[in-house]
Amino acid sequence: MDYCPHTPDDIKQMQAAIGVAGIDELFADIPKKFRLKQIPDIPSALSEQETVSVMSDLARKNKLPQLTLTGAGAYHHFIPAVVGHIVGRAEFYTAYTPYQAEISQGILQAIYEYQTMIAHLTSTEIANASMYDGASAMIEAAVLCAKMSGKTKIIVARSVHPEYRQVLQTYCWANGYTVVELAYMPSGQIDLNALQNELDDQVAAVLVQSPNFFGVIEDIAPVVDNVHKKGALLVAGFTDGTSLGILKPAGAAGADFVVGEGQSFGNPLNYGGPYLGIFAAREKFMRRIPGRLVGATEDKKGRRGFVLTLQTREQHIRREKATSNICSNEALCALAAGVYLAALGKNLRKLAELNIYKTQYLKNKLLGLVGWQEVFSAPVYNEFVLRCPDSRKVNEKLKNEGIIGGYELQKDYPELENSLLLCATEMISKTGIDRVVEIIK
Amino acid sequence: MSKQNPQDRLYSRDHEWVKDNGDSTVIVGITDYAQEMLTDIVFVDLPEIGRKVVQKATVAVVESVKSVSDIYSPVGGEVIDVNKMLEETPELINQDAFGEGWIVKMRISDASELKMLLSAADYEEMLKEEKK
Amino acid sequence: MELIFEISKPGRSAADISESDVPVFNIEDAIGKKYLRNDLDLPEVAEIDLIRHFTNLSRRNFGVDLGFYPLGSCTMKYNPKVNENVAAMPGFTGLHPYVDVESAQGNLQLIYEMQKYLCGIFGMAEFTLQPAAGAHGELTGIMMIKKYFEKKGRKRRVILIPDAAHGTNPASGALCGFDTVELRSNSEGGVDIEHLQSLMTEDVAALMLTNPNTLGLFERNIEKVAQIIHDKGGLLYGDGANANAFMGKTRPGDLGFDVIQLNLHKTFSTPHGGGGPGSGPVGVGKALIDFLPVPRILKTGDKYSWSEKFPDTIGRVRSFYGNFNVIVKAYAYIRSLGAEGLKRATEMAVLNANYIKEKLKPYYDLSYDRGCMHECVFSGKRQVAENGVHTTDIAKKLIDYGYHPPTIYFPLIVPEAIMIEPTETESKETLDTFCEAMIAIAREAKENPDGVKNAPLTTPVTRLDEVLAARKPDVCWKKP
Repeated sequence: MDYCPHTPDDIKQMQAAIGVAGIDELFADIPKKFRLKQIPDIPSALSEQETVSVMSDLARKNKLPQLTLTGAGAYHHFIPAVVGHIVGRAEFYTAYTPYQAEISQGILQAIYEYQTMIAHLTSTEIANASMYDGASAMIEAAVLCAKMSGKTKIIVARSVHPEYRQVLQTYCWANGYTVVELAYMPSGQIDLNALQNELDDQVAAVLVQSPNFFGVIEDIAPVVDNVHKKGALLVAGFTDGTSLGILKPAGAAGADFVVGEGQSFGNPLNYGGPYLGIFAAREKFMRRIPGRLVGATEDKKGRRGFVLTLQTREQHIRREKATSNICSNEALCALAAGVYLAALGKNLRKLAELNIYKTQYLKNKLLGLVGWQEVFSAPVYNEFVLRCPDSRKVNEKLKNEGIIGGYELQKDYPELENSLLLCATEMISKTGIDRVVEIIK
Repeated sequence: MSKQNPQDRLYSRDHEWVKDNGDSTVIVGITDYAQEMLTDIVFVDLPEIGRKVVQKATVAVVESVKSVSDIYSPVGGEVIDVNKMLEETPELINQDAFGEGWIVKMRISDASELKMLLSAADYEEMLKEEKK
Repeated sequence: MELIFEISKPGRSAADISESDVPVFNIEDAIGKKYLRNDLDLPEVAEIDLIRHFTNLSRRNFGVDLGFYPLGSCTMKYNPKVNENVAAMPGFTGLHPYVDVESAQGNLQLIYEMQKYLCGIFGMAEFTLQPAAGAHGELTGIMMIKKYFEKKGRKRRVILIPDAAHGTNPASGALCGFDTVELRSNSEGGVDIEHLQSLMTEDVAALMLTNPNTLGLFERNIEKVAQIIHDKGGLLYGDGANANAFMGKTRPGDLGFDVIQLNLHKTFSTPHGGGGPGSGPVGVGKALIDFLPVPRILKTGDKYSWSEKFPDTIGRVRSFYGNFNVIVKAYAYIRSLGAEGLKRATEMAVLNANYIKEKLKPYYDLSYDRGCMHECVFSGKRQVAENGVHTTDIAKKLIDYGYHPPTIYFPLIVPEAIMIEPTETESKETLDTFCEAMIAIAREAKENPDGVKNAPLTTPVTRLDEVLAARKPDVCWKKP
């Protein structure tokens, strides 16, 4: 399929206007020895029909499960029909970054609304227009804390998503920061004593997640107190945004940055991406935070309008002095999230409640099986950890029935043998749960 | 047209002015030419009181919509006061760069550093050269 | 237009939630009051009002599907609809990233083959598709360079960056703890070889070069540049944002680049989405393979799997595997065009840019009068000198003619810069009409400058007060 409109006649006329006899003359600057005859290793071109056929074949090689019990940072939630219809509008998805504000009021206003909803959901004062994903949002907050304070030690709870901690290690190595990991208690929550021991005046930031990777809800207030007492900043993360429909946000307890994964807000699982990094903060950090920001203002006639503002924070102005290099973000995913949140409105709480009911039902039924035990005692949202006699066998049995089982924790937490991280969202029915339990029996 | 550069102060090559109070303290700001180049100033990042800087170190940062400029301290010393009015009304620098738009007050450590600065006439010469 | 909060009314909803089919209970008792929130201030609108709100917002936006979008350095080419369709197949959208690899063989095969195709197109030994955007890819590339020297036991502190470079370049360098030193351009718009020679020491880890550069000009001395860097043991990093200028004509790997990052949302036709999502794959030569981020794809027989067993990896730069759904679209694009199609895209892109350059050069100052590649850079200097009409005014006037303006004020080394990148998917008629508009604006700037300075007049809002937005930022709506 060829998307170039040029006819041979067009090409002839244009070459004449430029003053060249052939296309190759336009590439004269490429040294002869480096001129390519043909790109290797690419299959021949396909018609549109053939393209669809090839892609269908590939898609068919995947096996979509009947049911999934894995969350662990990406969640199967229902996406209302309105979301796809809005983000599928070409005026939105074929547009670029709204640097020319007068012809981009659509996306600018939509993002302003998104920023507002996120700031409210997280109980902070400002939210940016998106980061790449939950991991990069959390890590960029940590790096910002280090750059603002000049301190180089970062404390992170072990109960933060293992991949987020890996990303943290990479970024901290690149910047020369040290990372200290914090233990969790038998309840599943952060060990406050351990935190107090590690906190010193060299700590730039403490990173926690709530609900954490084990699904356990953290008590943020005492953590914040300890952190602030030592002159450090608290970065509180989350991986399932729907939890904010019912749980008290970390911002309300005084967290400095509330960051996390927004995939749950109207974005499909998509095998891991594109996702949505949510980045929210206290007002005092407004002129330092990374990422784009949409601000409301007026035009010459006093009409309300929106622009990208405080651009002096960003790479295209501050260059080597920027605290982040982010340019392209996840704008369309943020638009999806904005539509999703506006559609659900207060029903976000009802959705969260439904997640809790389903999770409790799954948990109780599994605990009824022989040899299945609770691992952590603290309250959870829609994920929890259970130990069973043989976690590998459980997942295999489920897989044979087309069901994705729980996430095996042992590879990231060797001390948690035969332990599964299980998730139940509104997408799993009572019948589904009953069937899972029958299969495992 | 830039306002006249006052005779009663000294200038740096980076468009800062210094007014010697005669008691080992100085006031520092940027010239009218500088504020014109920067266009509308939207934010001034002021230092904390007590900050010590050496000559030419960044003592404040001035932002317009499309640019960020470091303000280099024309002399070394300790910051003893900052123009808090700039927090709410940074445009004071645009309106009155030599007066109400002053940025910091410093206690200087080495008065001889003042000798390295330019007089108003020398500064104006420098501007003429730059414009060529 | 009103904000969604301003059309909100208590009791309305645009999404219902199913009733629970499992037992319900008192959550406050179960979880504990202290963990629960007691406010939830989200909009309450009916579905019809929600749809009207966002549909009307979309009509206040401008995308490639509406008109010509010659944003230099952004490669706003047409986004093929078949790519949108195939990427929406449930087989691609429905899988959880942690599904067992046996259930994701289609996805893994796609990623593996995509990596292979990119290696062929760019002449590199291996690719990673993990980074979420070009800037993210740059950071990844610079991290690998850093690790390379660490592994050799040598700490090099400097990265050289041309004065015409995109801001993400020095930002990425600084974020990895490097000192960035600016490299001058010569009068032809290429690298100043003498300056490079004087700057190149054994303390320089790499030169970050965009080729063709941000002026749309191919680096004629690329062989010499690569040699100077390599002779002192440094690495040559390529910013591949301008890859649309050379697909099928030459390859960065052959030119001596050790590592490059690409932008799938530029060269490979995936939509820009109003600012994202993009995807920034990074390709490396043999010397840097060991440092690629994990996990990496392994192929054993005809089975694919993920592996983290690479001891010298820089680690992870994000969660999961990359912006997979964006990669699906780019894959479909490459399969659809084939090698010949990619070459034709480049040829037509360069033809279009040179055509515009020739038509406009009598009216606007051309910053460098030599053959450009896929984009050309003019300066609005003449118009400023004549009647004080700035590039910003010209851009705003173009809006009234129905176009998205080109990139303005970049690169920084060209005063009043206007960077035009038409891309290959535009017809001669579109280019002719655009040039007519630009010529009309040049004339109006001469004869009736106020007509240009007051633009735009046809948009829902006129020029917005950016000074107010920066002095008194309002980034979050508050109930009055």
